[in-house]
Amino acid sequence: MLAVMARRMAAALPTLAGVVVVTFLLARALPGDPAAYFAGPAATREAVEQIRAALGLDRPLHEQFLLYLRDLARGDLGVSITTGQPVLHDILARLPASAELTLLGLLFAATVGITLGVLAALKPNGWLDNACRVVATLGVCLPAFFTGLLLIYVFYYLLGWAPAPLGRLDAFSSPPPYVTGFFLVDSLLAGDAETFVSAAQQIALPAIALGIFAVAPIARITRGSMLAVMGSDFIRAARAHGLSRRKVVVAYALRNALLPVVTTLGMVFSFLLGANVLVEKVFAWPGIGSYAVEALLVSDYAPVQGFVMTMGFLYVLLNLAIDLLYRVIDPRVEVAA
Amino acid sequence: MTDAAALAPAATARAAPPRVPVLDVAGLSVQFRTRSGTVHALDEVSLQVHRGECLGVVGESGSGKSVTAYAVMRLLDPAARITAGRITFGGMDILAASEREMADLRGRELSMIFQNPRAALNPIRQVGMQIADVLVRHGGVTRAEAPARAAALLAEVGIPDPVRRAKAYPFELSGGMCQRVGIALALACRPALLIADEPTTGLDVTTQAVIMDLVLGLARARGMATVLITHDLGLASEYCDRTAVMHAGHVVEAAPAADLFAAPRHPYTAKLIAATPQPGRALSDLAAIPGGLPDLRRGDLPACRFLDRCERAEPGCAVPPLPRHLSEDGRMVACRHPL
Ligand SMILES: Nc1ncnc2c1ncn2[C@@H]1O[C@H](COP(=O)(O)OP(=O)(O)O)[C@@H](O)[C@H]1O
Ligand SMILES: [Mg+2]
Repeated sequence: MLAVMARRMAAALPTLAGVVVVTFLLARALPGDPAAYFAGPAATREAVEQIRAALGLDRPLHEQFLLYLRDLARGDLGVSITTGQPVLHDILARLPASAELTLLGLLFAATVGITLGVLAALKPNGWLDNACRVVATLGVCLPAFFTGLLLIYVFYYLLGWAPAPLGRLDAFSSPPPYVTGFFLVDSLLAGDAETFVSAAQQIALPAIALGIFAVAPIARITRGSMLAVMGSDFIRAARAHGLSRRKVVVAYALRNALLPVVTTLGMVFSFLLGANVLVEKVFAWPGIGSYAVEALLVSDYAPVQGFVMTMGFLYVLLNLAIDLLYRVIDPRVEVAA
Repeated sequence: MTDAAALAPAATARAAPPRVPVLDVAGLSVQFRTRSGTVHALDEVSLQVHRGECLGVVGESGSGKSVTAYAVMRLLDPAARITAGRITFGGMDILAASEREMADLRGRELSMIFQNPRAALNPIRQVGMQIADVLVRHGGVTRAEAPARAAALLAEVGIPDPVRRAKAYPFELSGGMCQRVGIALALACRPALLIADEPTTGLDVTTQAVIMDLVLGLARARGMATVLITHDLGLASEYCDRTAVMHAGHVVEAAPAADLFAAPRHPYTAKLIAATPQPGRALSDLAAIPGGLPDLRRGDLPACRFLDRCERAEPGCAVPPLPRHLSEDGRMVACRHPL
């Protein structure tokens, strides 16, 4: 297993190198002049040029790239002009908020999607199957930030069930002691039920907004895969041996049907990472997505660079995790690899 | 099946009429509703199997052998409709049984071995676990005792090093080994009836003989009734007491295996025998059977579905009903002009 992991990590290196190059070029290709922004509106030409030199922006591109690599190797992602803090510090401080939201969104999408997919497959063309198809289509049509606004309008403005969409906790709670950075987990670890409830109320709507459009692809893949497995020889055989329906559906069919679903989860997660940016903005969620958007609007490119790089790393890590999960479910992979 | 009958030696049991068959399929008709029309897959199929007896069901591919087996197991596709007939197993009306009663019966009293042994096993579950699942379900075995019992069953079907093999996944075993696992699964709870659906198709010739000897040896030792489905008439005549020949959803002839082989009465049986390799005859003498099965989706299927391939056919053969002659010597032939 360790050897497999090492091999997978090695295979991910070119991807990471690509991420490094792309982030570098991306930041240079963005419109706007960071030196001018940094110098402020009243600065003179000379002042701007001075700052440009200080930032290394007057050098040729390849020199800038080498400087950039050197800084990266030191763990230096630059300084945010807006916050005045090192980007790495900002990102590490905000990453748990984004990770908690995205993982919860994924969990929501996977739970609902797999359940709907299985139920639809057990009674193909039943009412649930048809209802599923409608929900799936709607979920795909509506962008996540729009779903977010809609959810806020209905559950906060009309019904008053949800709290104001203003971050991770209501105004009366303070963050639990830092362990994982996930408020839901940390508040439980601290035994602080009140904070947990507050955190859960705050995260429910954005997580649903984020997850809802991933429900459709997951349900679709689960349904198709489940239908194919239920029609296969070994399911007929399992029934011929008298195994209970529950055993046949869950232990035999579903576990096999999940294999393609697990593969899809990687793709779905990358969608979620993308959608995250706007959902965070809509819900004033203090994650790395909203951090990047704010920086982007003022041509503060170091945070944007850091954000893209973090996403790249997360994506690679997640695919690694999915690969391992797949191996746990399917004994045949070891041989094929 | 009374206790007395169960205790009596096979010979006396066979001599004492009238015996109640373990499995009695009577006039079974099955159709499939498909997008391209209704498939008349079975038409008034009747079969009986007695305790300790092996019935061979022979016919070329598509003649309805598997459909018959699935109907008995009540594992037909949702598209299937049973339009006529009765299936009685050990005095129980299979077609009227609840899904729960069937699940209790399957694997315990009524078992099946499948044609493609590897595909019939769960690809991502250890074979020992799969056997354990069946034992826990029916055998009154706890999860803790199950692995040892599963290994013992694997040893019984001749798998060397059973404790280690129990931890293997199907992809790690050969086709022959997978079929042995299939046999262990089917026989785990000592069923009264075993249906073996082409258990050796796709295995190499030596393995075929070994598997056949294993299945029928175990069946005989336990006094089970066995239905051996095969497209190989030679195999059926070698291993079975009685043989039923199927063609396009009809049982065209049924007789004691030796009689059927020595003196076929249905023209199709005769052609099948001519197409079967036999000791003392050159392979070049093998005659192919002309034509193919009729399209079972036709609405105007003739009474005799062999008619287009038959040299003895005359216009009257198409007119229903299909005659089914029963003779004194326990033979049946469904033909207007038998040999
Ligand atoms: N699920 C199904 N849907 C439609 N037709 C089927 C289905 N299963 C079997 N049939 C038809 O029933 C007939 C008998 O099939 P089968 O019993 O599998 O033959 P075999 O004797 O080779 O086992 C064939 O014509 C086949 O096309
Ligand atoms: Mg078949």
